[in-house]
Amino acid sequence: MLAAKLIWKCLEKEGVTTIFGYPGGALLPMYEALRSSSIKHVLVRNEQSAPHMASGYARESCSVGVCLATSGPGATNLITGIATAFLDSIPLVAITGQVNRDLIGTDAFQEADIFGATTPFTKHSYLVKDPEELPRIIHEAFHIATTGRPGPVLIDIPRDVQNENIRNVKYVDAVNIRGYKPTYEGHTGQIKRALRKIKSAKRPVIYAGGGVRLSHARPELLAFAERAKIPVITTMMGISCFPENHPLYCGVVGSHGFHYSNLIMAESDLCICVGARMSDRGTGGYTGDFDTKQLIHIDIDPAEIGKNINNTNIPIVGDAKRVLSDLTEKVITKDLKPWLKRIDKIKADNPVIYDDPSELSLVNPKRFVRDLSEIAPEETTLFGDVGLNQIWAALHFKIYGERKFFTSGGMGTMGYAIPGAVGATTYLSDADIHSRTVIAMCGDGSFQMAMADLGVIAAHNLPVKIIVMNNTKLGMVRQLQHDVYGKNHYSGTDIDFNVDLMRLVTAYGIPGYRAATTEEALDMMKTCFDTPGPTLLECLVDPDFMYI
Amino acid sequence: MEKHCLSLLVENNFGVLSRISGLFARRGYNIDSLTVGVTDDERVSRITMVVTADEATLEQIKKQLNKLINVIKVIELKPEDAIRRELVFIKVRANDQTRSQIVEISNLFRASVVDVAKESLVLEVTGSMSKVNAFINMISPYGILEFVRSGVTGLQRGKNMIAINE
Repeated sequence: MLAAKLIWKCLEKEGVTTIFGYPGGALLPMYEALRSSSIKHVLVRNEQSAPHMASGYARESCSVGVCLATSGPGATNLITGIATAFLDSIPLVAITGQVNRDLIGTDAFQEADIFGATTPFTKHSYLVKDPEELPRIIHEAFHIATTGRPGPVLIDIPRDVQNENIRNVKYVDAVNIRGYKPTYEGHTGQIKRALRKIKSAKRPVIYAGGGVRLSHARPELLAFAERAKIPVITTMMGISCFPENHPLYCGVVGSHGFHYSNLIMAESDLCICVGARMSDRGTGGYTGDFDTKQLIHIDIDPAEIGKNINNTNIPIVGDAKRVLSDLTEKVITKDLKPWLKRIDKIKADNPVIYDDPSELSLVNPKRFVRDLSEIAPEETTLFGDVGLNQIWAALHFKIYGERKFFTSGGMGTMGYAIPGAVGATTYLSDADIHSRTVIAMCGDGSFQMAMADLGVIAAHNLPVKIIVMNNTKLGMVRQLQHDVYGKNHYSGTDIDFNVDLMRLVTAYGIPGYRAATTEEALDMMKTCFDTPGPTLLECLVDPDFMYI
Repeated sequence: MEKHCLSLLVENNFGVLSRISGLFARRGYNIDSLTVGVTDDERVSRITMVVTADEATLEQIKKQLNKLINVIKVIELKPEDAIRRELVFIKVRANDQTRSQIVEISNLFRASVVDVAKESLVLEVTGSMSKVNAFINMISPYGILEFVRSGVTGLQRGKNMIAINE
C-alpha cells in the first residue's frame, strides 16, 4: 500500500471524519490519496486557522481535532494555533508535509524545521523517517493527544515517505510508551488528608478550571459541591463547568474576573483547586495570600502542582472526575452557613453594574451580553475571542444546563472565536446535531484577524452566529494604555480604517445586521437566531466603554 | 543554590537531547554539565546532568523532565548513596625542570600521564568534582595549555537501581 494511502487509513481507524487543511507540494501524495478516503477535508483560507478549527471541533465534540498543512510556510503558519491548543490542553493532532528525507537540512525550497520549532508547545512530536513506522506513530499520537493531560501532537511526514510502497501493512492497536503512564486514580492517603482538611475548614472554596470540562467531571463537581455545600469559583477556562444559576456559584476569579469572586477567594481559608494551573491570570485579582490559605491541588499533571503556588498543602495527582467522586463519597464539612451568609453579603455589597453609563451611548456590551443569554437558545456554545469582547462574553453570558463557553484562555490568541466556531459547527453539521446554536463573539480587531474564514463559513453554509463588538479600537490594549499611562496615552490602538462589515458579508452571501442601540442589537440577534445558516451582527460600541 | 546530580533513562530517539536542552533553556534552568551515552539496551540512552537549583526548582525540573514522553525515568544521584565521577584531560606546560614535579603531583591524585612531549604533558584524572578541582588547583601554576572535562556521570551504590516500569 502507498504510505500516503496508509496515513488516511490510519486516521480513519482513529475515528477521524474531518480534517482542516491546506495543500502544498510536500503533501501532493497525501492529497492524491485523500480522493479515495472517507475523511472530509475542509479547506481553510490560511493555515493559521486550521488548528483553531480543529480545536473548536475537539472542544464541541469532546474528541480530537486534526489539521494538516504543507511544509515550510504552511507548517509555520500552524504554530500559533498549536501553541494555543497546548496552553489550553486541547487534544489535537497536527500533520505537516516535509521535504524529501535527503533534502532535510539543506535549506531546500519550503523547508522549515517544524519539529524543532514546535517542541516547546507540543505534548509530543514525530518526524517520520521510516514509512513502516506510520501505523505505530499515528496511533501513539492520538493516544498521547487524548490521554492524561490532553494536548497537541505533531507528525511531520516527508514527501518521499508518503510515496513509499509498504508491502506488509501492520496496523497497531496497542500502545506501550515506557515514559508515558498518566495517573488517573488519586492517592488514597492524600484523599484522606484532603478530607480532613476540608472537615476543619471554616471558609472553603472550590477553584475550578478547564480540567473539569476536559475530564468530563461536571456532574462530579456538582455532586461534590452540593454534598459538601462548598461554594464554587471558576477560572476563565473553567467557565461552563458549573451551572451559573446555582446558589453555590460564586463567579469568575482572576485579574479579569468579578470583584466579588476575588473578594470571596481572598477571604477563604481553604482553596480546593481542581483542574487549574493557579496561573498568574487566575490568581492575579484579589485572590489573597497563599502563605496563610490552605491549598488542596487536584490535577492530572503533576508538574502543575507546586509550579505557580509553592506551598501546596495537599497535592492530589489524578483525574478530576475520579478524585472528585472519591472525595464526594466521604466528605464532611463544618457548618458552613456563616460562610455562605458572608458570601451572600459580599455578593450583595459588590453587585455587577449593568446600567447604561450616562455619558456613553450606542450598544451597552455588558447589558447586551447579559440579555443575549436570556434570548439565546438553551443549548448554545459561545466562542469568546480575545480582547474586551472576551471579558464581556466570559463574565456576562450566563452558562447553565448544556451551554458551553470556549475561548483562548492561556495564550489569549486573537482570531480564535471564528475558526473555533467553524470547527464546532462543522462537527455539529456532520453529526446531524441541529439542536445546538454556535455564537462567535469578537471585537473588530479580532474579527479582522480571522475574517478570511468567512469563505469557509460561506462554502459550507455553517450556521455560525457572528457578533462583532465594533468600537473601532483595539479596546483591551487601549484600556491598558489608559490605566497604565493615563488618559490619551493611546498608541497604535486605533483601527484606522473602519471596514464596512455589511458590504463585506454581502460579498460572502452572509446576512448582516448593524445595531446602534442595545435594544436594536437584541432584536436583530433574535432575527439571527431565526435565520438558518450563518449571520453577522455588528454592534456599534463606544470606544470608552471598558470592561469594569 | 545547591548543585544536584540527576540521572535519566531516555528513549534513544531523534530529538531527545534537543527536547531536554530546550526545556532547560525555555524555563531558565541552569545545566552545569551533561553527559549522554547509549546503555546496554541500544534503544535506551542514559543522561547524567548536574543542575544548580533550589529545592522547588529541582522539583519542577524533575517533573518537567518526567513529562517528556521520551524520558523513561528520572532519579537523583545523591552524594551519600551514589558514585559520581568525571574525567578530565589537562595539557600542561612542562619542561625538564617541572616535568617530574608534575608527575609527582599526578601520582598523588592517581592521575595518569597519557602523552609526553618536549614542552607539555597530557594528564588524565578521574574522580569526584571536588577531587578534580583540587587537582586543577595544584596543576594550574605550571600553566594549563588546554583543558577538557567530560561532565559528571554516576551510578547509585548497592542494590538501588534505576528501573524501567514496563
